[in-house]
Amino acid sequence: MSIILDKVNYVYGEKTAYETQALKDINLKIQDGEFIGLIGHTGSGKSTLIQHLNGLLRASSGGIYYNGRDIYEEDYDRKELRGKAGLVFQYPEHQLFESTVFADVCFGPKNMGLTSREAELRAFTALRSAGVPEEYWYRSPFELSGGQKRRAAIAGVLAMKPEVLILDEPTAGLDPRGRDEILNQVAAMHRDLKMTVILVSHSMEDVANYVNRMIVMNRGSILFDGTPQEVFRHYRELEAVGLGAPQVTYLMHELQERGFPVNVDAITIQEAKDSILQVLAGRQQGTAGKIAEKMIRGTQ
Amino acid sequence: MNFIEARKLVYEYIRRDEDDNVEGILTALDGVNLDIKQGEFVAVLGHNGSGKSTLAKHLNVLLQAGEGTLRIDGKDARDQQYLWEIRKIAGMVFQNPDNQMVASVVEEDVAFGPENLGVPSGEIHSRVENSLKSTGMLSWRKHSPNKLSGGQKQRVAIAGVMAMEPKCIVLDEPTAMLDPNGRKEVLDAVERLNREKGMTVILITHYMEEVIRAHKVYVMDHGKVVMQGSPREIFSKVDTLKSYGLDVPQITLLAHELRKAGVMIPEGILTGQELVEALCQLY
Repeated sequence: MSIILDKVNYVYGEKTAYETQALKDINLKIQDGEFIGLIGHTGSGKSTLIQHLNGLLRASSGGIYYNGRDIYEEDYDRKELRGKAGLVFQYPEHQLFESTVFADVCFGPKNMGLTSREAELRAFTALRSAGVPEEYWYRSPFELSGGQKRRAAIAGVLAMKPEVLILDEPTAGLDPRGRDEILNQVAAMHRDLKMTVILVSHSMEDVANYVNRMIVMNRGSILFDGTPQEVFRHYRELEAVGLGAPQVTYLMHELQERGFPVNVDAITIQEAKDSILQVLAGRQQGTAGKIAEKMIRGTQ
Repeated sequence: MNFIEARKLVYEYIRRDEDDNVEGILTALDGVNLDIKQGEFVAVLGHNGSGKSTLAKHLNVLLQAGEGTLRIDGKDARDQQYLWEIRKIAGMVFQNPDNQMVASVVEEDVAFGPENLGVPSGEIHSRVENSLKSTGMLSWRKHSPNKLSGGQKQRVAIAGVMAMEPKCIVLDEPTAMLDPNGRKEVLDAVERLNREKGMTVILITHYMEEVIRAHKVYVMDHGKVVMQGSPREIFSKVDTLKSYGLDVPQITLLAHELRKAGVMIPEGILTGQELVEALCQLY
């Protein structure tokens, strides 16, 4: 599903003392199947932006088009839109309320008007996709660990069969293992279910490892939009707006300044390692070559 | 003498059914030993459910151990007569900043603790001012906590604890809900308290980057202390840390990977600067 945002503006508390422009002339085109990282510090407008994508907020001006259709048109079914663009809020486990995990996941599809049987089928598939082990399905959500609760909450959104999955900081408050599990699960869903995924994150490392496009927000505008490699080249500007780059990016720049010719576009540990090893190997070959040369000269 | 000394601490959460029969026992602390000196900055690492929060709650007697001994500033934590004294010695800061604000103005919030302790009002004024100053929040004293960012709220919470003048501050994942800026603000404030005021700090966290500044690190798993030492000692054991569901700072991990690939650099590299130096020597 393609999404186009055309000059979207949003003002909070219009005509009051608290008037703030949260979005300024946002133009954006999101294609089918993209995996996007949306970053920006607190208050940069990212949450406001994602709430526009499923129609929770209505732009003060500008247009939003899903598959070419204007969502603000009179006869557009915005309720259906909320099913198509599934939004997983921050700390989604706070919204679990049913007596069992399974019943909780059924709630969304039932609310969409599906029969119990259809809803249960959907819940079944969604819990599988979100990686919730079967032994937890009929337990109270409150007995689950933090990471499992979050998976259950994500399953609740998946059960609505969204075409776009938007996750607002899905790893906040999780420990490293929980974080890796959730992110790997999201990557798997993106791959297997062919969904468009928008990941809101504070962690440059996470974004560098998973997404193929990065959108950086600052003060309600889009500051950078490109591949992680392209965006992290602006690491100094990113710092100026309270963000930064993955730690390895800094390292690679520092090495290059010291005359160590590494690839400064490396943003993951794997890339950095490969680049450093390559430089060292080249150097060794160079040294070996010189020694060999000397030996040959010596014999002559 | 140790400021905090725990010997073979055991704590069990016992789940009972409606008829009060024991349904299950979870051993959250399983023979924990701690030796913390006055003025030390100690970090406790562990994944969710490893027992680190349970341990934190023992340090100001929100929980009492079933077995073992715990002495805080020489006082036995299991002796009821010391309960309030220990709570004055060890102040606590929790994870969620929104749950810790009680007043509608920052300075009133900070004054809440000392007021409750019966501190004379003249002194409360100076304590509030000093503690807001030391967390860098003095210019916000007349503001409403609602309008603050998460990091600022957490710094107000720390100021609130400081105003009670504890000897030690226990922070239970104070940055878990904050963005990178907020996290840095809070850590800087904590480190300053330790360095400038000599405050004993116990920081519970699962962010490895925050541990680098500590003097000593305890790693917990399944209610046991499984590793202890300086950050460098701890982080030189990358594979062991990973087996406990933790990870190491990106730089340390990269250095570890390079070593595994045969690059001759030292173990336990913590910062980018160290790695750059080590690599440049090879080149």
